[in-house]
Amino acid sequence: MRRRPLPGRLLMYLLLSLVAVVTVFPFYWMFILATQAPAEIFRTPPHLWFGRSGAENYHALIRALPTFWRNMWNSIYVAIMATLTTLFFCSLGGYAFAMYDFKYKNQLFALMIATMMIPPLLGIVPYYIMMSWLGWIDKPRALYVPSMASAFGIFLLRQYIAAAVPRELLDAARIDGCSEFRIYWNIVLPLIRPGLATLGIVTFVGSWNNFLGALVVLRSREAYTLPVALRSLQGLYTTDWGAIMLGTALSILPILVVFLFASRRIIAAFAAGAGLKQ
Amino acid sequence: MSNPLGLWRRWWARRQQRYAPYLFISPFYILFFAFGLFPIGFSLVLSFHSWRAVGGLETMRWIGLENYRFLLTDPWFWQSLGNTLVLLVISGLPQHLIALPLAFLLNRRLPPRLRHLYSASYFFPYITSTVAISLVFGTIFGLHYGILNQLLEYLASAPWSRWLFGWLEGYLPINWLGKAVYIKPAIAIVVLWHWFGWNTILYLAGLQTIPREVFEAAKVDGANVWHEFWHISLPLLRPIIFFAVTMTIIGNMQLFDEPFILTGGTGGPGRAGMTVAIYLYRTAFEWTQMGVAAAMSWLLFVSIGVLSLLNYLLLGRAALARRGEE
Repeated sequence: MRRRPLPGRLLMYLLLSLVAVVTVFPFYWMFILATQAPAEIFRTPPHLWFGRSGAENYHALIRALPTFWRNMWNSIYVAIMATLTTLFFCSLGGYAFAMYDFKYKNQLFALMIATMMIPPLLGIVPYYIMMSWLGWIDKPRALYVPSMASAFGIFLLRQYIAAAVPRELLDAARIDGCSEFRIYWNIVLPLIRPGLATLGIVTFVGSWNNFLGALVVLRSREAYTLPVALRSLQGLYTTDWGAIMLGTALSILPILVVFLFASRRIIAAFAAGAGLKQ
Repeated sequence: MSNPLGLWRRWWARRQQRYAPYLFISPFYILFFAFGLFPIGFSLVLSFHSWRAVGGLETMRWIGLENYRFLLTDPWFWQSLGNTLVLLVISGLPQHLIALPLAFLLNRRLPPRLRHLYSASYFFPYITSTVAISLVFGTIFGLHYGILNQLLEYLASAPWSRWLFGWLEGYLPINWLGKAVYIKPAIAIVVLWHWFGWNTILYLAGLQTIPREVFEAAKVDGANVWHEFWHISLPLLRPIIFFAVTMTIIGNMQLFDEPFILTGGTGGPGRAGMTVAIYLYRTAFEWTQMGVAAAMSWLLFVSIGVLSLLNYLLLGRAALARRGEE
């Protein structure tokens, strides 16, 4: 293979690197501002390196938003519950669609796929009304129960199970007197761990970043998840950008750390999720 | 007589294989009925009523098509629909125009580690919270001390870049979030930044399914880079382009988070950043006009359907027909 001429390669690397810098810069800038004193933020030329006021900004953040860690915990709790329930119900449904033949299976499957076409905004008004009827306003379950058996997740795992689990194995277990649920729990689940990881990553990130749903059903500060809590700072302390950026940085940090260690896996998970939707 | 529990067990062992799958898929249908189908039906009924939510269901009043009639003659609704469409184009189109060549470059001979480093940095914005990044961009867009304006001021005055950026001088500092004309570009920048990496990853995944031999054979035939991109990659990517554009349409028509945060929840001066989703949210939760909001969600649903259909006729039909040939 002939290599391309040097100027062309250089131009390509320059272009790719420029886009990478533009993409990463806002995160870098966020960490810079999070460590600068309020007076230092409004300066020309701007600081391009970290300051020493991280601790002060932290105190300002806690003064403005005393519930910060509570909100962080709410986000973690909702994301974990969403992930666990989604993994359970979607793998169960995906297992049934992949491994059983039953009456109306194709029709039921088509119906489920069709529900993915419904834009979420269509149900937002009744969603709020129903949650207040149920008394779920300010309750974490309002955020994860409605979507815990998602059509997308069942579809994703159905494809995975159909490819990864041999039917003979299930028949052998049946002859040994295994109940259908035990086959699922003891044989199928261990075989589909990579598929579960894929769906788990997509679900966790989706829940962690959910804003509109949380904005609609979470009304008190103690119940806020991080996106809603950070948003509530906006009107209050518009001048104290250092504190707001520190809170924002802390909200991104968990995702960032996990991404640094598992970026391949995470990108593959999202790509797999999209590929299967086609 | 054997004990009834034993009988039940044996009966169940025979039956369960038949009924287990229905049990296993039932959570989806129960939840969909409760939290998917019922709300949709309810919102349809609601859209023909006047209802303020505070008074309980008995205060619902049937008004027929009045909500729809109101919205279709409401300048704010048309403005918000116009804003949403403009944002769809100015944030959606560049996403794909950037992502396609970028994916093409990433698919060329690069050291694998470097390729991953690039794609990982492009992808990361996609998995960060829209609220967080909108807050960060809120500081970047600051009027006097925002880094974007400072950068533009430098570029417009520095000797080496004057020839290219000098014309900006008359406009600086740009009031990104305070003046109606600049709000849409500001929102579009954030949306573009958030999404282009996702599309790049999709297109890269698509390109990687094209066998290398195809490119090498073309090279033997004397094809240059431009030919490879225009005559090989693009046609083979058409089904994925169709899928990605569909996703952009559905997502951007419901655009809420970025404009909501950047405009402080209002839609900005002159409501220039008020999307349909924001107008819907404010109608329902600020002004508690639940019937109007429900009607609006149906009008939005219809416009998403129309745009998806147009996209199918323009891009999808040919793309899917091509796939069928192969």
